[in-house]
Amino acid sequence: MYGLEMAKGLLVTLTNLAKKPFTTSYPEQRVRQHPRFRGEEFTWYEERCTGCASCAKYCPLGIIKIVTSPSETAPLQGDKYLLETFDIELQRCMFCGLCVEACPYDALFMGSGFEEGQYKRTDLVISIDRLRHAEKHPSTWFRPQLEGMEYRPGASRPLGWREVGRENWQWHQHEKAGMRLGDRNGNRQHTEGEA
Amino acid sequence: MTIRTEPMTVNVGPQHPSTHGVFRVRITFDGEDIVEVEPVLGYLHRGTEKLAEERNYVQVVTLTDRLDYTSSMINNQAYCLAVEQLLGIEAPPRGKYLRTLTAELQRIASHLIAVGFFVQELGAFGTPLMYTFRSRERILDLFEMLCGARITVSYMRPGGVFSDTPPDFWPALDQFLADFEGELEEIENLLLSNEILMVRTRGVSPLPRDVAINCSVSGPVLRASGVNWDWRKIAPYDAYDQVDFDVPLGSNGDNYDRFWVRMQEVRQSLRIVRQCIAQIEPGPVRLELPMVLRAEPGAEAYGRVEASKGELGFYLVSDGGVSPYRCKIRSPSLINLTITEHLLLGWKLADMIVSLGSVDINMGEVDR
Repeated sequence: MYGLEMAKGLLVTLTNLAKKPFTTSYPEQRVRQHPRFRGEEFTWYEERCTGCASCAKYCPLGIIKIVTSPSETAPLQGDKYLLETFDIELQRCMFCGLCVEACPYDALFMGSGFEEGQYKRTDLVISIDRLRHAEKHPSTWFRPQLEGMEYRPGASRPLGWREVGRENWQWHQHEKAGMRLGDRNGNRQHTEGEA
Repeated sequence: MTIRTEPMTVNVGPQHPSTHGVFRVRITFDGEDIVEVEPVLGYLHRGTEKLAEERNYVQVVTLTDRLDYTSSMINNQAYCLAVEQLLGIEAPPRGKYLRTLTAELQRIASHLIAVGFFVQELGAFGTPLMYTFRSRERILDLFEMLCGARITVSYMRPGGVFSDTPPDFWPALDQFLADFEGELEEIENLLLSNEILMVRTRGVSPLPRDVAINCSVSGPVLRASGVNWDWRKIAPYDAYDQVDFDVPLGSNGDNYDRFWVRMQEVRQSLRIVRQCIAQIEPGPVRLELPMVLRAEPGAEAYGRVEASKGELGFYLVSDGGVSPYRCKIRSPSLINLTITEHLLLGWKLADMIVSLGSVDINMGEVDR
């Protein structure tokens, strides 16, 4: 019967009318990002950075520019380089996070912002000064130690450089020990320390 | 008195909103009938294959996200399988299960888009699409929790996945599965036996079995024509040999069958996700590999998966350097477009966009 179907259809409409909407109206209401969100406010800890430029080498787009010089003032001579430039060209960044993955000393973190907008493209370049003075809200992406702390980039307090380090740098020790790949038949050649 | 008529050529696209991206097709109409079809490709060419030759094996993962941007996880998986084959390594079991699980979630998300837009192109503006997008949104949310991004995930790495799941992922996944059951039922009730949808799609643009095979199409388009061909069954990769699922098959290969096969595959993907959750065990998720990988000179590998749109393959050749010497991508959307003529010729203008939509192409993958 036509009228019955009509009533059924209207019932669906009425139920959905009473329901809370699935969407939120940004920017009045905001959805909080997950802790691992890869965003634009890169967090950099100068105290941890040695200027090794692993991040610059590993960036698929080559947008990180690092200029260093041997440091005269570092506590251990030759242990650390003095950073002159640390530019991240945000306008070309695709937020893949490989720079963060490459950093062996946990000095670079992704951020949780996503609203960066500028009138000039050159204003999007994050300079070393901006990195220095930014409030440190590191994302937990590729940093399991922060996840262990139940750290929330959006809600928690800023973190200092002493708090963000990784206790055991397992992967990198293996790399140093000279891990070799398996042969073509799929047999992995095991080096020491592997389960 | 006779009216003089002549065929008219219409350019559909490249900025037509219903062609799923910058796809242009030059169509000659005789009245309302389609008499000539000529697809024009290349508006979204970014040179992914060439870019891959200048990046190291891990960096290429970020490029694969941008091929078929509605199923990034599956692209990651195909590429990582190819590299693993090249290096002769294998991901640890938990890594394999996580890959299978995320790939199936991504397949659900991709099929939901396909179904939503297919129905939208039939004229059901808004409602069914919003139903499917509501569920897809939840899946993207899970991805953000897992790997920090919703579309360009870059979750997988050669030798596993980049990191284990965050602690709140599993409860969120359970909650999604519980809710999605009802949402999927709602979508099915609305669409599967919808009278208008049946009339518009049943028997329209059928693709016979032999034509489908001759055009080497793959994925749901091939299975809608009744060919039982699914790489997850034929050559199981990752954890697919551990899980049980069916391959839904259509019979006529018409628009309705292509739509129906996708709806059924969502159900099967849900089954696989549930089995993965039940079977997954703690352990390492990634092999401990150097950051910069090198393969033997002259080594070559072809890694393929059953992507949401068909067979996706990466053919890699190594010259011993840190990046692939050659990276050839066999993308399902491009090959599936070869049936455009078979689908459209002789059919009416009103069915054109629907038939194109039923193939479910993604231009990011067609032009690469």
